[in-house]
Amino acid sequence: MENLRLIINGEEVEALIDPATTLQQFLHNTLGMTGTKEGCGAGLCGCCTVMVDGKAVKSCLILALQVGGKSVQTIEGLAHEDVLDPVQSAFIENGAIQCGFCSPGMIMASKALLKENPHPVENDVRHALSGNLCRCTGYHKIVKAVLSVGERQ
Amino acid sequence: MNHFEYLPAKSVNDACDMLSNYGEEAKVLAGGQSLVPLMKQGLVRPSHIIDIRGLSDLDYIRYDKKDGLRIGALTTHRAVETSKAIKENCAMLAEMERTLASVAVRNWGTVGGSLTHADPASDLATTLMALGAEVTLTGSRGERVVNLNDFFVDYFETALHSDELLTAIHIPNSGRGNGFYYKFAHRATDLAVVSVAVYLVPAPDDQNRCQDIRIVMGSVGPTSLRSRRGEELLKGQEITDTLIEEAARVSAEDAQPTTDINGSEEYKRELVQVLVTRSIKKAATRASTR
Repeated sequence: MENLRLIINGEEVEALIDPATTLQQFLHNTLGMTGTKEGCGAGLCGCCTVMVDGKAVKSCLILALQVGGKSVQTIEGLAHEDVLDPVQSAFIENGAIQCGFCSPGMIMASKALLKENPHPVENDVRHALSGNLCRCTGYHKIVKAVLSVGERQ
Repeated sequence: MNHFEYLPAKSVNDACDMLSNYGEEAKVLAGGQSLVPLMKQGLVRPSHIIDIRGLSDLDYIRYDKKDGLRIGALTTHRAVETSKAIKENCAMLAEMERTLASVAVRNWGTVGGSLTHADPASDLATTLMALGAEVTLTGSRGERVVNLNDFFVDYFETALHSDELLTAIHIPNSGRGNGFYYKFAHRATDLAVVSVAVYLVPAPDDQNRCQDIRIVMGSVGPTSLRSRRGEELLKGQEITDTLIEEAARVSAEDAQPTTDINGSEEYKRELVQVLVTRSIKKAATRASTR
């Protein structure tokens, strides 16, 4: 077992973990933060997307130990009290959520895009979300939701 | 994933020492975007993981007019994609990165890790071979520089010795030449079904004559492949549509595709021919308007 210290959604976390633990497993199974899901487990579907030091990454392909000392942001850290993050609200307003399995990853990838590029055009959004698969809504509403956040800020 | 001992390296030397000690049982971990999936599938079961991602002195992009471009092995794909120096001086490399997996993978995956994984569908390997790149391999007995043509040996096999790390990539100054990377994939984030990278240097006195050219094909053999016969056809010659089509035809013969879920052998040869034609034309246009 190895010691891991990192910051998750602004709070310092310390734990002893098996080195063969991915960041997704650590968040989901060890800490019980079930928003970050494993879909394909091979870096293709994007359901496990979180931000590390402000950048979108696939948490199912990263050993948790590699994130030691870094700052991780997950879907659980977006809403403050009862107030949703603007990206979360936009997903609801635009009907960009159906079963919800891909939504945390979609929203974290969108957050990372909007941080880098506050006013993206459609191509930017489609490119940034090309690593996130949705099997229900058909992407159009998701892209619309992200664009609406860009237009409002 | 199997259980392993986790060994964070303190320096390149430290990593090489550990590799000498543990040999083939150990695996080097950089970004892990290729290695971790293999470990999760049980295809790779290392007893020791030597984590080099913390070696920040291997994370750099340096450009010098004379020397060309030097990229540290631990530079992320995303850093290559967004680098001003690379966009200005080696556009095809930055453009290629836009087609490689997805933003999230490029944010964590490194160029050194990608090359040592030696996937024959590698966008990076195909492009760097067209650019005439060489890599620095560092071991406990010192450094050696190997051209990428000689670095890739077979499917997922490289010339790296078991105690060596790939530490840097060097792209010699491209001078008057220019190039283009053309990837054909079913979905945006997929590996290439077929890809082609062409780098063309026009003659100094005649923009329409080809002084030198490299034609590299990805995903159609055990490694990225040069079409030497296609290159020889064009070298020293006026670039005409007929000659380009002839070079593309022999490139398709030089390719060694196999039938798989992405397409038949014949289909892939056809793709090679189309992509080589388009890539040479694009590279020639770019080189002449530079």
